[in-house]
Amino acid sequence: MNASFVAKLAWRESRAARRRLLMLVMSVAAGVAALVAINGFTENLRTSVGAQAKALLGADLSIGGRKPFPERIERLVDTLIASDSAGGRGQAARVTSFAGMAYVPRTEGVRLVQVKAVEAGYPFYGTILTEPAGRWATLASGGKAVVDPTLLTALNARVGDTLSLGEGRFVIDATVSNIPGDVGVASSFGPRVFIAAADLPATKLLQFGSRVEYDLFVKLPDPSQAQTIAESRRLSLREDRFRIRTVEDDREDLADALTRLGNYLGLVALVALLLGGLGVASATHLFIRRKLDTIAVLRCLGATARQVFLAYLVQALAMGTLGSLVGAALGLGIQRLLPLLFVDLLPVDVEIAVAPKALLIGIGLGLWVTAVFALLPLLGVRRVSPLATLRRASEPAPGRSDPLTWAAFGLLVISIVGLSVVQVQDLRDGAIFAGGVGVVVLVLWLASLGLIGGLRRWFPSRLPYLWRQGLANLYRPANQTGTVVLALGFGAFLLATLFLVQHNLLREFRIGGSGGGRPNLMFFDIQRDQSAGVMAMLAEAGLQADAPVPIVPMRIASVKGQEVRPPATAADSAEMEGPPDGEENREGTEENQEAGNQPRRPGGWAVRREYRSTYRDSLTDSEKLVEGTWWTGPRGDGPARISLDQEVALELGVGIGDDIVWDVQGVRVPSRVTSIRQIDWGRFQTNFFVVFESGVLDQAPQMLVTLTRADSAAVRGQIQRRIAERYPNVSAIDLSQIQQAIESVLDKATLAVRFLALFSLAAGTIVLIGAVTTARLQRLREGVLLKTLGATRRQVLRILVAEYAALGILAALVAIVLSAGAGWALAKWVFEARYDLPIGALTGLTALLVALTLLVGLWSSAEVLKRPPLEILRTDT
Amino acid sequence: MLQCEGLTQTYVSGGRRLTVLNNITFALERGGFLAIVGPSGSGKTTLLGLLAGLDRPSAGRVVLDGADLGAMTEDQRAELRAAKVGFVFQSFHLIPTLTARENVQVPLELRGEAAEERAQDLLTRVGLGDRSHHYPTQLSGGEQQRVALARAFVSRPQLLFADEPTGNLDARTGSGIVELMIGLNRDFGTTLVMVTHDRDLAARARRMLRLADGQVVEDVTHP
Repeated sequence: MNASFVAKLAWRESRAARRRLLMLVMSVAAGVAALVAINGFTENLRTSVGAQAKALLGADLSIGGRKPFPERIERLVDTLIASDSAGGRGQAARVTSFAGMAYVPRTEGVRLVQVKAVEAGYPFYGTILTEPAGRWATLASGGKAVVDPTLLTALNARVGDTLSLGEGRFVIDATVSNIPGDVGVASSFGPRVFIAAADLPATKLLQFGSRVEYDLFVKLPDPSQAQTIAESRRLSLREDRFRIRTVEDDREDLADALTRLGNYLGLVALVALLLGGLGVASATHLFIRRKLDTIAVLRCLGATARQVFLAYLVQALAMGTLGSLVGAALGLGIQRLLPLLFVDLLPVDVEIAVAPKALLIGIGLGLWVTAVFALLPLLGVRRVSPLATLRRASEPAPGRSDPLTWAAFGLLVISIVGLSVVQVQDLRDGAIFAGGVGVVVLVLWLASLGLIGGLRRWFPSRLPYLWRQGLANLYRPANQTGTVVLALGFGAFLLATLFLVQHNLLREFRIGGSGGGRPNLMFFDIQRDQSAGVMAMLAEAGLQADAPVPIVPMRIASVKGQEVRPPATAADSAEMEGPPDGEENREGTEENQEAGNQPRRPGGWAVRREYRSTYRDSLTDSEKLVEGTWWTGPRGDGPARISLDQEVALELGVGIGDDIVWDVQGVRVPSRVTSIRQIDWGRFQTNFFVVFESGVLDQAPQMLVTLTRADSAAVRGQIQRRIAERYPNVSAIDLSQIQQAIESVLDKATLAVRFLALFSLAAGTIVLIGAVTTARLQRLREGVLLKTLGATRRQVLRILVAEYAALGILAALVAIVLSAGAGWALAKWVFEARYDLPIGALTGLTALLVALTLLVGLWSSAEVLKRPPLEILRTDT
Repeated sequence: MLQCEGLTQTYVSGGRRLTVLNNITFALERGGFLAIVGPSGSGKTTLLGLLAGLDRPSAGRVVLDGADLGAMTEDQRAELRAAKVGFVFQSFHLIPTLTARENVQVPLELRGEAAEERAQDLLTRVGLGDRSHHYPTQLSGGEQQRVALARAFVSRPQLLFADEPTGNLDARTGSGIVELMIGLNRDFGTTLVMVTHDRDLAARARRMLRLADGQVVEDVTHP
């Protein structure tokens, strides 16, 4: 073995071919750029979360719940902030949050807002920036409000305007420009209004028992004790239905969420990298095809298969290195762009820094992918016979019996599975992803075989000569059918799948728009004695409203005779606890896991959550009965008949005939499940997990909600304002505002997803160009010969069009059918979204792909048309 | 130097068995000059390929300088070629991405020997000493074939195979090449095996095998 020969040959051989190897460089670069940009960004994100975690919470720990803090907790906080041995003293600040209607008399603007009444001192860490600057500190002086900028837009108001909240009047003193831990888009759903805690009673908004959240933020004398304190108090606080959170809890939750985001983005990068790998394989294949004569000569002169193989492997790796470096540089640039795309979607300000790990991994994987994907075509070098110097051989014999080829193939499969598992960080999901890739490649390959076989057997011999000629090219020796169908098909598949997932996810959100006479305005928190008044005002305004729907908060006391929690004390049950927070949810999962293989126990969350149920005797049009029968006839003496949402029934592990006892504000109400409903939650409508037959809850404490529709924004504003003036506790949601907020989030998310899809598109196009170029030489020869024999350029062109159109159509069709299946599977099992096939858009995509194939194919064959026949015949050696 | 016994080559093509070479036996002494002639399709090139170990015969054996090619792997045969065999082809087969001198260097470099000086010597010898940095496309057909000759002789091969070396050249250039080849053959003491259509060229060989339908129909040794 002669290493210097290999190196010399590799160097000299690449001189003239470097331009051709550019495709390999670009393929690798596209994949590596995606990898470096995305992994680097994720790493930056993680670092930023670590650095800003304290500011996210604004304190060392917080205690929160849905009721005022009892004496016990006040005492606990006092001890927590008491001076420690070193003489340091802690601090505590209360924040009370609830929803309410804000009204600006000058502009008559009215909007549902999140009121946050804060005590001085909060936040202890991080700074809330205001515009004009420095107004946060003076908030405590009273009579002032600091609001989200979106509120000013919504109310058409400005700083200095008077804002009424309930019966309180405030001067809008500033807008918030930055709050640590703030997800930018969140404020568009419920703009926040910060007021001083001392001003809260003046609003008189809390007396109606609406949903209030109480939080206590504590700065400890010794912050390092936070976690210990939290762990020791967590259980006893939970019994009181309070949760305690620390900086560390927040950091972990965020890290989990960001890991998921990172994994998803990582898949996008992986797709780009795999496409890049395909590009490498096709570039190498093309390169080797052009080198067959040289290889045969070298073999003839006595070079061993190993020497020749190594010389070309060295070239491929050198180009792979170059591609990786270019990709890494490109990736670093794109990494700087990504935070701009995600700016309003992330809770931290991402600080951009070069992530050495991401960089190294990117370059390393780029090299690895080059090696693994180049290996299969390169191994063919070993089978080039020296005999080819005497007789022109078209192609090295396929290496079906070559153990090294099989080994390389195995390495490729293992690499793809390995890369997927590492990138997704989950063995099962990674394997599924890789398996999916394998199935797609297999189906595409079979499809191309099918096309070749089918054409051969049932050749459309009645077609005009030029079309026949073009189609025959698809099965003639050294045809490009397999390569192009695989390359184009795979790229098209990935693009179409990405498109379908996006379409279905976004459709899920966009569904139930305000059209079609559906309600677009909801009034809630209506007290029973206000109901008639509200309805009268709606009627007066000429608005049709459904009869108010009662809502009764309740908890589960027992399921199928099994007590799920100690009977709540009277004091506790007078309060309401909202939907689960992250902590409780996590707890529930742990409990499920502890249960191991035992029969499924009722899920923690479904059992412990607060249910806001209603009672009525008919189904609404957003519900469908899937099991049991709806109750008819008068109520008997037995347990109340109820109907459950099918998801909740599953979660609770109950079916028809099972008993559930409810704790309705301290009163035990027995019930029996008589039916199960499927609910379309996508509609803007009042939907309930649990519906009681009427006659049971009529006297229970309840609030009412009603829906109406007003087409004109002015009318919607006016009625909200009037009702807010007369009944300050009644809140309203304007669907069009929600719709706008959702659209703005979706637009941002879509932009980010589209940008990432560009990586795949870029890599896919390179692959396509590579695949088409593979057969270019052959086409050149044929085209020139045909011209020599008297074919006009137009005729040659038509032959090419027939060939590339057939290839494009086959690849695009197979890819789209596959992606329709993959999209369906993803929607069903991963995103749990309903599936819709946008036929029109997919047809457009197919046309686009066929056009792209034609374009690339004709472009790469343009030489045939341009050059005089003689010139090519002369250089054709 | 070169012996073959019962050399037979058959292919299966289109479901039919095709005998290209049928039971060829002959031996060639060291320093000999053999011309293989015959009409197209008579099996000349196939025979040359088998003799050089570029392919395996269906039956029979080839012994090259004492080494039985049939007993060797493809890579062993390649190493044998690198050590003892040179080639000249009808279509020159220079490596297009290498300069003239680099093309000549290849056989030496394959053996890990110092190459530049000898390559330059050989190029000078074939009259192209000043063209060593040119690429094949910058050379005429005759010049390319001279580079190929330099490449063939640079490793002082014991055996040189030539496949229609003048086939792509005009008569004058061709005869120049032939003179050069015969001169080098004499100077290096190389055994020469040449496939040709050219009667004049064949007439200059010391021995001539005429093939027809895969069989030797004439074996003439010139005095």
